[in-house]
Amino acid sequence: MKKFDVEIIVGIFVFCGLLCLAYMSVRLGKVNLLGDHYYSVNAVFSSVKGLKKDTVVEISGVEVGKVDNIKLIDYQAVVSLLIRDDIKLQEDAIASIRTKGLLGEKYVEITPGGSDTLINPGDSLHQTEPPIDIEKLIGNFVFGKVKE
Amino acid sequence: MVCFLATAFFWAVFPPYLLRRIVKQINFIGVKTTLVIVLTGTFTGMVLALQTYYALVKFGAETSLGPVLALSLIRELGPVLSALMVTGRAGSALTAEIGIMRISEQIDALDAMALNPYKYLVIPNLLAGIISIPLLNAIFVVVGVWGGYAVAVGLTGVSSGTYFGGIRDFVSAKDILVGLYKSLSFGMLITWISCYKGYFTGYGAEGVSKATTQAVVLSSVTILIWDYFMTSILLT
Repeated sequence: MKKFDVEIIVGIFVFCGLLCLAYMSVRLGKVNLLGDHYYSVNAVFSSVKGLKKDTVVEISGVEVGKVDNIKLIDYQAVVSLLIRDDIKLQEDAIASIRTKGLLGEKYVEITPGGSDTLINPGDSLHQTEPPIDIEKLIGNFVFGKVKE
Repeated sequence: MVCFLATAFFWAVFPPYLLRRIVKQINFIGVKTTLVIVLTGTFTGMVLALQTYYALVKFGAETSLGPVLALSLIRELGPVLSALMVTGRAGSALTAEIGIMRISEQIDALDAMALNPYKYLVIPNLLAGIISIPLLNAIFVVVGVWGGYAVAVGLTGVSSGTYFGGIRDFVSAKDILVGLYKSLSFGMLITWISCYKGYFTGYGAEGVSKATTQAVVLSSVTILIWDYFMTSILLT
C-alpha cells in the first residue's frame, strides 16, 4: 500500500510538470501543437527591409498568418506568406509592409481587393507596397527635401 | 569525477533498470521540492513584477512588463533558482545519505553481495534528477508568471491583455528550449556532484558533514558558472 501511494504521487507530480511544460509552450510561447492549416501565397516586393521570418500577417489588424520565408529572385524580394485556410484572398489584394508604432517591428498588412476571383494556393500577389523607409524620410526632412 | 559519471551511464545501459528506485527518488527529489518551488516561484515572480514595473514606468514602457518578466523567468531565473532550491533541499540530503552508507560500510556490503552500488544508488538519483528538475523548472516558471500577473494586474494596473499578449509576442519556442536544456543539464550536475561527494566521502561524521557542505557549495557555484556558459553558447 505504501509503495502504491508513492507511485500515485510521483505520477501526479510528473503529470503536473508536463502540464506546466505544455502550458508554457502553448500559452506563453507560440508553439503550435495542433497545427492550424495554412496555404501559401507569394508576394513580390521591391524591398523587404526589416521584415523577418515568422512575423505576423494581418488583415485590418487581425492576425491571419505569418511570413514563411524570404528569398531573392531576379533581384526582387519574394516573400512567401502562410495564410490560414479559412481566410480567402482576392487576386487584387494588396500586400504592404508596415511598422508597429514608430520604431516597432515590421509586419505584413493585407488589404482585401474587390475582385471576384480568389487567389489559389501558391499564386502570387502582384500589388505590393514596400516599407516606408523612416531613415530616408528623416533624412529628407533634415536636409530640406520635403516640399511644402 | 568524469570517470564516475561515465561508469554510471555505462551501467545505466544494462538491465535490471530498478524502476521502483527511480520512482522513489523522483518522489524524493521532485515531489517533496514542489512546495518550495511553488513558494519561491510565486514570490520571485511577484517581486520581479514590482521591481520591473518601477524601472519601466520611468520610461513609460510598463506595457513590456509581461515580456520582461516571462523572458527572465523562462531563460534564467526558472532554471537557476529551481536548481539551487533542489541543491539545498535534495542535493545535500543525497550526499549525506550516500555518505553515511559509505562510512557504515553499506556500500561495501552491496559490493560483497555482488550488487552493483552504481546501479542501486547512483543511477536512480541521476535519472530522477534529469527527469524531475525540468518539470520543477516548468512549475516554477508557470507559477512565477501567474505571481507576476497578480502583482502586475492587481497592484500596478497593467491590463491583463497587455500582460499575456506581450508575453506571447516576445517569447519564442527557442527561449523555452534554452530553459529546458539548462534545467536538464542542471539536473545532471546536481545529482552527479551530490552522488560523487557522498560516494567518496571522508571518514567519520566529520567526513560526511564536510562532503555535504562541499556538495552544496560546489553544485551551487557550478550551476551559476555553467549557466553563464550555456547562455553565451545558446543565445548566439
